[in-house]
Amino acid sequence: MKLRLRIWRQPGADAKGKMVSYVIDGVSEDASFLEMLDVLNERLIADGEDPVAFDHDCREGICGACSLVIDGQPHGPQAATTTCQLHMRKYKDGDTIDIEPWRAGAFPVVKDLVVDRSAFDRIIAAGGYISAPTGTAPDAHSVPVPKADADAAFAAAACIGCGACVAACPNGSGMLFMAAKVAHLGLMPQGQPERHTRVLGMVAEHDAAGFGGCTNTGECAAACPKEIGLDVIGQLNRDFRKAAARAA
Amino acid sequence: MSEYYTDGDPVADTKAPTGPINERWERRRFTGRLVNPSNRRKLRVIVVGTGLAGASAAATLGELGYRVSNYCFQDSPRRAHSIAAQGGINAAKNYRNDGDSVYRLFYDTVKGGDFRSRESNVHRLAEISTEIIDQCVAQGVPFAREYGGLLDNRSFGGAQVSRTFYARGQTGQQLLLGAYQALERQVAAGTVELHTRHEMLELVVVDGRARGIIVRDLVTGEVTTEIADAVVLATGGYGNVFFLSTNAKGCNVTASWRAHRQGAYFANPCYTQIHPTCIPQSGDHQSKLTLMSESLRNDGRVWVPKERGDDRAPADIPEDERDYYLERRYPAFGNLVPRDIASRAAKAVCDEGRGVGPGGLGVYLDFADAIGRLGKDAVEAKYGNLFQMYERITGENPYERPMRIYPAVHYTMGGLWVDYDLQSNIPGLFVAGEANFSDHGANRLGASALMQGLSDGYFVLPNTISDYLADGPFAAVDDDHEAVAAAKAAVNDRIAFFLGNDGDRSVDSFHRELGGIMWEYCGMERTDEGLRKAIGLIRDLKAEFYKRVKVPATGAELNQQLEKAGRVADFFELGELMCIDALHRTESCGGHFRAESQTEDGEAKRDDEHFSYVAAWEFAGEEPVLHREALEFEYVKPTQRSYK
Amino acid sequence: MAVSGILMVLFLIAHMAGNLHIFEGRESMNDYAEGLRTFGEPLLPRESLLWVLRIGLIAAIGVHIASSIALTHRALHARPVRYVSRKPAKGESPHAAATMRWGAAVIVLFVIWHLLDLTFRTVNPVKEAPDAYGAVVATFAPERWPVTVFYLLALAALGFHLRHGIWSAVQTIAGPGLAWRRRWQAVALAVAVIIVAGFAIVPLAVSFGLVS
Repeated sequence: MKLRLRIWRQPGADAKGKMVSYVIDGVSEDASFLEMLDVLNERLIADGEDPVAFDHDCREGICGACSLVIDGQPHGPQAATTTCQLHMRKYKDGDTIDIEPWRAGAFPVVKDLVVDRSAFDRIIAAGGYISAPTGTAPDAHSVPVPKADADAAFAAAACIGCGACVAACPNGSGMLFMAAKVAHLGLMPQGQPERHTRVLGMVAEHDAAGFGGCTNTGECAAACPKEIGLDVIGQLNRDFRKAAARAA
Repeated sequence: MSEYYTDGDPVADTKAPTGPINERWERRRFTGRLVNPSNRRKLRVIVVGTGLAGASAAATLGELGYRVSNYCFQDSPRRAHSIAAQGGINAAKNYRNDGDSVYRLFYDTVKGGDFRSRESNVHRLAEISTEIIDQCVAQGVPFAREYGGLLDNRSFGGAQVSRTFYARGQTGQQLLLGAYQALERQVAAGTVELHTRHEMLELVVVDGRARGIIVRDLVTGEVTTEIADAVVLATGGYGNVFFLSTNAKGCNVTASWRAHRQGAYFANPCYTQIHPTCIPQSGDHQSKLTLMSESLRNDGRVWVPKERGDDRAPADIPEDERDYYLERRYPAFGNLVPRDIASRAAKAVCDEGRGVGPGGLGVYLDFADAIGRLGKDAVEAKYGNLFQMYERITGENPYERPMRIYPAVHYTMGGLWVDYDLQSNIPGLFVAGEANFSDHGANRLGASALMQGLSDGYFVLPNTISDYLADGPFAAVDDDHEAVAAAKAAVNDRIAFFLGNDGDRSVDSFHRELGGIMWEYCGMERTDEGLRKAIGLIRDLKAEFYKRVKVPATGAELNQQLEKAGRVADFFELGELMCIDALHRTESCGGHFRAESQTEDGEAKRDDEHFSYVAAWEFAGEEPVLHREALEFEYVKPTQRSYK
Repeated sequence: MAVSGILMVLFLIAHMAGNLHIFEGRESMNDYAEGLRTFGEPLLPRESLLWVLRIGLIAAIGVHIASSIALTHRALHARPVRYVSRKPAKGESPHAAATMRWGAAVIVLFVIWHLLDLTFRTVNPVKEAPDAYGAVVATFAPERWPVTVFYLLALAALGFHLRHGIWSAVQTIAGPGLAWRRRWQAVALAVAVIIVAGFAIVPLAVSFGLVS
């Protein structure tokens, strides 16, 4: 199939960017979206042009590296699917596709479609862990965890840290990412001792990193490739309220 | 064969403890020297890589009080490819009371590795396996649990005991996130400095010791040096030498290969694991292959048409014109034969022209019987997520049409040679996880890779590295030192070469071609003739690569083509060594199948008399030097496997 | 935002209920209005209740607007470069992003007009304060239909605002799980519909001559 791509090109962090059009022919419907971009880049290299930079790694939907806003939707039109798992049979001959980077002040563009998501790492460093230095652990069976809690914790922990929630949020908030970790650790008995300091630390870092506030529009959950729901945000709100009251 | 390599002196593992096998690890921890807690903060350790081994090592060394610098080329440590491991992690907990023990896990792993691993190492791995589960649970890893709240286990990869712990199909993800969170905790505590989007391009060796690395900041292009008292490489495997593999696109051998070029031995490079159940290639655009869990073979039946070139839709092929070749050839194990056997059998029928799908490179994995027997709902409950993934990638509905599968490169058992302390032959250079060669022998069992990565990173390395660091801190080395300047100049020269080369072909086009050669001649089945041919083809292609490769843009910015160029250049040299290693090892063992060495039934035939050794290769240009480390089996006596 | 919003929702419910006195006739309506002014007399000064309500409301409005400005300010900084292409929203509150801010602007304009019309009577034909009934009938008189249309439009904006605002407040304060979140979303919708209907019925009745 033949497609017209309009891709955000930005040479560097401080440079001005713009949408640039490319026509690409002979795209296989079995190709993934990123493989389609590979084919475009091969052509650009052959023509002596700078290929389009984009983040990607595992290409099986788990590493969270790929990060394209496709026609206004993070990871494109297919629900619960990362860009790398989106395939071209979703499109038809003659389509025009707009491709942009995640847009958030806390995710500055590095080049073209590549953004800097290190703010997420800083949020985790601010409390998204359980302090269990190596070697200090008791036997794995010493603390039973109700299956329902373990399953709910797993569902929250399935977050791949891609940042689609931020890209989709009209406020540029990182609430869903942060809340997924708060919910995961808060559901496990091992996570209780640090439950309050964790949420306060992570929220402070989230706000300092320049993410927007949450207004519960739910766009994050709709865009999440791992279908993490708004209930994790509810839990964060609860934990935060209790923690703030205790700290006051 | 001697035209390809020269024989060197044998190599020995001088750190290996002796005595009863179950006391060796304890003994080594006692004989190894310690570093006083107040002295640890004077010692800097570089850890390259943030996967299971790297992140767990960096976090633990940080907790111990060392100053750690941790590097990864990805934008976040959490992206390392350990994240993609699906199945589970083994531990000899015997929670099921089904006869498991440390000794049984040790035994199974030595046997599974086809008697090409070290008994001492494997026993240590089995001992530590139980501590890993404790550690991960304490970190909040949400393992699957039963209704009573205790951990669930399953049997995996044909094991007779249920010793595999798992978190749905995302065990690697959850374990890595546990290690990543422990790492970030140390970053916040100030003991670990994290450098993301930095790629190690050279090892600095000063006075015979590994003292630092040269890195390129992938965003700014700046090339800098970091000096330390020890360097740990936890940089993963090299399956991407085949271009198409289940590895992430960024996986590469550059860190290991640069160390190899500086003198570190590379052991058993030809041991690669090919996984039988992957989604086949769909066309020339294909950039990677996706693994489908091995568990599918529990209920799916593998078949191809009896007639070659039969291009009817699978539903139109009557039962008596189908060849259920695994059930036919291996009546006892049927569709559940080990990975290497299932893979080779698929290749054999496709080579006969009976493969299905694009290019005839695929076999059917049919669930029609299972759906008829168990009902669609039961099949969906078991495999729903896998079926959905398959449909997303292929556009075909596996409930109605048999899946198409084909083997793909999945894991590499070979890697940098290390002793019992995980130290390479360069003092101060330690290697952990898939990057080393140590524990899996010629074949890795399912659910063992996660175990080894975390064992190395959480428990082995932090205990053994102190014996080396007890001699530190070592003399200061500044940027003007001749070894540093030379290493840095080499890196800059290489970058300048690629950017300045007046070529006309993309890096990927070479990588794809190299991968094709490796897959054809050094893949599932290897022959003397094929390997010789491959070495010639690789050398020719390498020469063309240096003549015609084109890298656009500059070095002072994010330049993904430049990154790839360096990695592919190293893959060329590694590919050649893999072929030489495969050529010299005229036996078949584990993942290495030499067509010349098979039983009458076409099964792999080991040659313990001549090849019961680790092949540790020393870099010496086109003619590497072979150092043999003899393997001794005091506890598990080598036997020939049979799955008839 | 959540707390001030909930206070205003409570006020709206009371206000709406009070409005319905109009169907009981001029006397009842005016007595109710007067009753609000004289509540607590002679123990308390005249209009004590009203002033408490007014101060409370002004504070709530102030906090609500200040919070919204802060959130909007953060949102603008959190996305300094806008998307070139944008698909319609798909979240659980699909119109929230659009309706909360623009709706709020409409509501603010409406409240100003509403105060000038029925509190200060600046733009109302009936200037005598005690005749609340007359003022309502006059402002929504059939020939002044654009006023009624504006009132209804503002109510629509309010309805969307409440539909999102109420459950959003619950989500922020209580953080319910999935099942309770669905219930609260239904409650929010129901409250929004009731409030909008309760307010809309008065001008419609006047405009169509059912109350005169």
